[in-house]
Amino acid sequence: MHLQVSNVSKSFGEGRDCKLVLQDISFELVSGQFMALVGSSGSGKSTVMRLIAGLERPSAGSIHLDGELVRRPGSDRGMVFQKYSLYPWLTAAQNVAFGLSLQGRGKAEIRERTAYFLDVVGLADAARLLPRELSGGMQQRVAIARALATEPKVLLLDEPFGALDLQIRESMQEFLHDLWKTTGLTALLITHDIEEALLLAGTVHIMAPRPGRIVHTVDVRLDRSDLRHLRVSQPFLELREELAGRLRSLDGSLL
Amino acid sequence: MAWSSALRRIFSHPWVLGVLGILTVFGVWLLVTSSGLVDKLFLPGPGAVWLAGTEQFQRGILVADAVASIRRVFLGFMISAGLALPIGIAMGTNRTICNFLEPLMALIRYMPAPAFIPLLIIYFGLEELPKVMLIFIGTFFFNTLMIMDAVKFVPSELVETALTLGGRGLPILTRVVAPFVAPQVLDTYRINMASAWNLVIVAELVAANEGLGKRISLAQRFLRTDEIFVGLIVIGLIGLLIDLGFRFLMRRACSWAN
Ligand SMILES: Nc1ncnc2c1ncn2[C@@H]1O[C@H](COP(=O)(O)OP(=O)(O)O)[C@@H](O)[C@H]1O
Ligand SMILES: [Mg+2]
Repeated sequence: MHLQVSNVSKSFGEGRDCKLVLQDISFELVSGQFMALVGSSGSGKSTVMRLIAGLERPSAGSIHLDGELVRRPGSDRGMVFQKYSLYPWLTAAQNVAFGLSLQGRGKAEIRERTAYFLDVVGLADAARLLPRELSGGMQQRVAIARALATEPKVLLLDEPFGALDLQIRESMQEFLHDLWKTTGLTALLITHDIEEALLLAGTVHIMAPRPGRIVHTVDVRLDRSDLRHLRVSQPFLELREELAGRLRSLDGSLL
Repeated sequence: MAWSSALRRIFSHPWVLGVLGILTVFGVWLLVTSSGLVDKLFLPGPGAVWLAGTEQFQRGILVADAVASIRRVFLGFMISAGLALPIGIAMGTNRTICNFLEPLMALIRYMPAPAFIPLLIIYFGLEELPKVMLIFIGTFFFNTLMIMDAVKFVPSELVETALTLGGRGLPILTRVVAPFVAPQVLDTYRINMASAWNLVIVAELVAANEGLGKRISLAQRFLRTDEIFVGLIVIGLIGLLIDLGFRFLMRRACSWAN
């Protein structure tokens, strides 16, 4: 798997109302990599994600997945939104099965894969529950299982834990890390939380707003065998503080 | 203590108070009419109305009238609902179609449907067609615009999730948009069904051989206020039953939305 984002710019509106939201974004993502985009709200993170998902087209530049130009959404790029994305009339299992049945897979295969991915996210017992009967964290795990069930080449996560309480967010971060370790998925995570990015991603891009652009890239080399320990370890805190300072200065310079 | 809490529990049940409200009006009606304060010709008592009703029932006209009115309502409303669904969905999902049709519909919607009766009679005569058409005209635009609104409020995340799962085209409509708006569509139908009932009575007052509205206008001619009351009560009861039917359907088919 090779995702190539090359010199992508995006503007919305026309004429006098034209607003440049992304300027000259470039990066690459390869199999097994976990990458994060960090930036304050409004810096264009979601727009990057939507361009990769094919929900928007770039104004300039191009996005290729395994050499093929991205023109429209497809199941090779799974997406998890911040919230409100489970189908409220479907059970957890039916939500996970949704993509598979859209693809017209056989009944037996759908049942088997649904059970497998519900199990992967630890929700085998919740199969028959409706989304409103699930906690926020469980809902996001179902959304992740649903995106994984169609075996995307890359998983796009747009602030997936942004709406959750702090405690649940931390356990979800641990969950996502374990998922990445066990399944070897390729992920692009969007977050405004530096700690989250540093905990999970091997590569972190810092984005500056107006127009959105990547101003700094960090390769994170930390021992991730115990996330709870990592959170409070000295090198982690130092790195977090350094990046937080950078983000603050970006916002500050624009005030 | 135990008594008062038991009473409170009973009265907190929504049905109890509702029935009580109806019984109160019934009681006042009984009191006023049996006291002899009001001329029976203007306000017949419950007994007289019951007698008139059973008499109509035994002669078979009550059922025949109800069937005639219900058939008109259902025919007209089914055409209206059936056409409003695809057109409302098309308007809710397609900006061009919406821009083209919405002003037109908003305009026609404000024309009072009964004002179309003379035209409908000129065009379609005095048979069933003009009455069915009246119900259609009176409900179609409301149904369509309300369905359009429901469709516009489908969260974009739900549609976009389906797109990123490999969905495209018609399945997005049938498997995302349709189930999401189903509860609101049923509710739209439930609300506009009430207008359909109003209109069928209006249509029958003008021209009909049978029907609950027709019976009321005949009764007026012979000053049979008891028969007018029979008509009113039967119309109310049928409307209430239909309303409850829609609510039941909604609870069964869209339990997720409650
Ligand atoms: N469809 C759109 N039309 C116009 N402006 C948009 C659109 N989508 C996003 N924007 C603008 O682009 C900027 C970046 O938005 P977004 O990518 O959502 O940022 P982030 O996810 O980092 O908070 C915002 O100022 C937003 O108003
Ligand atoms: Mg965003």
